[in-house]
Amino acid sequence: MPIDVLMPALSPTMEEGRLAKWLKKEGDSVSAGDVIAEIETDKATMEVEAADDGILEAILVPEGTDGVKVNAVIARLSGADDNGAGRGKPPPAPSSLVGEGRGGGLSAAESGTESAKSSSPSLPHKEGEEPTTNATSGTDAGKAPAAGGAPTEGSDALPPGTEFVTQTIREALRDAMAEEMRRDPDVFVMGEEVGEYQGAYKVTQGLLDEFGKDRVYDTPITEHGFAGLGVGAALAGLKPIVEFMTWNFAMQAMDQIVNSAAKTRYMSGGQVGVPIVFRGPNGAAARVAAQHSQDFASWFAHVPGLKVVQPYTAADFKGLLKSAIRDPNPVVFLENEILYGASGEVPVGDDVLVPIGKARVARAGTDVTLVSFGIGMRYAEAAAAALAMQNISAEIIDLRTLRPLDMATVIASVKKTGRAVTIEEGWPVASIGAEISARVMEEAFDWLDAPVLRIAGKDVPMPYAANLEKLALPSVPEIVAAVKAVTYR
Amino acid sequence: MSDKAKAALRHVGDPTPASPAFAHFDRATELKAYRDMLLIRRFEERAGQMYGMGLIGGFCHLYIGQEAVVTGMTAAMRPGDQVITAYRDHGHMLATGMDPRGVMAELTGRAAGYSRGKGGSMHMFSVEKSFYGGHGIVGAQVPLGTGIAFANRYRKDGKVCVTYFGEGAANQGQVYESFNMAGLWKLPVVYVVENNRYAMGTAAERATAQSDFSRRGASFDIPGEQVDGMHIHDVYDAGKRALDWARSGKGPYLLEMLTYRYRGHSMSDPAKYRTREEVDRVRQGRDAIGYLRHHLIENGWATDDDLQAIDAEVRALVADAADFAQSAPLPDPSELWTDVLA
Repeated sequence: MPIDVLMPALSPTMEEGRLAKWLKKEGDSVSAGDVIAEIETDKATMEVEAADDGILEAILVPEGTDGVKVNAVIARLSGADDNGAGRGKPPPAPSSLVGEGRGGGLSAAESGTESAKSSSPSLPHKEGEEPTTNATSGTDAGKAPAAGGAPTEGSDALPPGTEFVTQTIREALRDAMAEEMRRDPDVFVMGEEVGEYQGAYKVTQGLLDEFGKDRVYDTPITEHGFAGLGVGAALAGLKPIVEFMTWNFAMQAMDQIVNSAAKTRYMSGGQVGVPIVFRGPNGAAARVAAQHSQDFASWFAHVPGLKVVQPYTAADFKGLLKSAIRDPNPVVFLENEILYGASGEVPVGDDVLVPIGKARVARAGTDVTLVSFGIGMRYAEAAAAALAMQNISAEIIDLRTLRPLDMATVIASVKKTGRAVTIEEGWPVASIGAEISARVMEEAFDWLDAPVLRIAGKDVPMPYAANLEKLALPSVPEIVAAVKAVTYR
Repeated sequence: MSDKAKAALRHVGDPTPASPAFAHFDRATELKAYRDMLLIRRFEERAGQMYGMGLIGGFCHLYIGQEAVVTGMTAAMRPGDQVITAYRDHGHMLATGMDPRGVMAELTGRAAGYSRGKGGSMHMFSVEKSFYGGHGIVGAQVPLGTGIAFANRYRKDGKVCVTYFGEGAANQGQVYESFNMAGLWKLPVVYVVENNRYAMGTAAERATAQSDFSRRGASFDIPGEQVDGMHIHDVYDAGKRALDWARSGKGPYLLEMLTYRYRGHSMSDPAKYRTREEVDRVRQGRDAIGYLRHHLIENGWATDDDLQAIDAEVRALVADAADFAQSAPLPDPSELWTDVLA
């Protein structure tokens, strides 16, 4: 009986990949465990092993094919029937795989698809914000961003004639680091697998080749230690970029981030600063359960002495990371695994920066203000598109920076629409949405026509089961329902 | 005799003979060391008094008894070498040459303090003197000091970072994370464990499976020595060896200084965990300043009059610092909001 060989997933977030090469020909006999093919994503190459013995009867997807969906049938084996009945029916499961690393950390982030995840939040304190409303007005109101569409707009005040290039967020981040490392010899990168492995999520791809071992440091698995070491190097005037494979692991380093990095300038009366960037993927990944899927935005946004950034568009990822590296303060830079493969238009130029502390009006509207950030923007954009079909005009504010928070942009919008709904993947208690809600109430109470509503991740650890995971995250219908409630429709 | 018993005896037992190698100090160096140690002691005594008078608040950890450690290490260092330590830090600051007025004014929370009154006893810094704090979380300064050493190596500037911590902090995991990276990357750092025998109220042997802290780097190929931290010459000699090792590119070096604090862990310590006799035995038999005074006189390098003159100078300095710290203005209320971000 023939056995289907399926396209395997290399990671929890992979949706499709390239079938790079067949290592067996039709007619070859294979044994379980034989490597029969190689597949690639933009992040990794992996081998496909046969899960059963048999003859490779048919290759259904030729080598060199891009965009092969996970679970597509790529070949068929004729079963080795000799042991007849005993075997039962052959598992249709793909032969998979390989590789693997630590915890769920290594997924090969793919992107693009509809996945829904969102991110988190944080919040501000009154001091330190410089809210000018300089959100680029750039977006046209009507542009209905497809869900998950990669983001483009959002660069601030670009000089005329600026060129754009389409690249993934992964590439934009890498270029940001490379440009800043070329510009300033005090900038260096350290973290687990950032060098020879080229980054657990391939964000640091190529940096070791260009800058060498004296600028790109593979660390042991020792978050508390290397976070502290990075802060020490910053005390001495270097400008470290410390990558956490994911922010989940940074919990081990929390003391150094909060007690050492954030407070030293204050405790030293301004004498000693900590110019460091802590970066890595934050928020829910896919199917990796409670310890690898959580959003820490509001944790860090709570801490004076830090700046906290969580961008959404490729242009913002690049421009904000460059700003973060140049910033004399410790910056917590929150990325998202699911967004790494998303593409967008990114302005070209070594000095094209996006300022920290400025929100962006991602979509203009008149009936309600949706406030979100990071991957939460995907839900917001999809909801805005759905609402537009029902003649409800939503304005979307992409906060981009969570500390200092650009409340002026939010307040200006709320004064126009009279309503606000916040959207984030993080837990609802003491969330970014909670802060926004309080601040809107304090600063725009008289303009509100309805209570501010919050859409957040559910107040539970992230479950593993696919249906439960989906329930734990925010959803477009929830946002639409909230908007209808505040607009009394 | 067990290791534990030996370790305990080294702390509180009879005076150990100084190692024969102590001819490294010339007269001027030795007199300066005496003066520096005396300054720390008198400063700390005054700080203790001022704490009792309510002029200093919060936590205040005095260095009395341990003066030879930081003074000997400082004498072995080169200009530009950095220092980082925990919260029992006043002695380290004075040893680097930081102004007693600025330190005392920080203790009283005044604008003229090193941290403009916002750091207090545990959090002071002087970039000018290469002093990087003053850290309040036990063990957290160890990765930080390792990172400063990382910067030295990155810049190839020939500096060494001397990173102090207590034997209590030596049980923190991040210390070993730091040892591993320092060994791996051959960072120019000298780790100094100031084993004053008690982690707050817990005697070392009650908290550690292996109380020879000089062996704590062995898994990382970090050489270690146990040093009589009450003998400044021994401290200096060991410090030289360690600094030379680190500076020459061989990587980290670990020194365990057997020392003793006469006062409580902090000002609020009832000290029920040790006897008065134990403290007295060390004060009378092993006192670091008494030892050096004796040595100066024996050697003919100073007379009683000379030492009294030093004592008078130090007392005047401390009195001036105390007056300054009580009369200097409080921080302006606007300081609340400054220095959060650059």
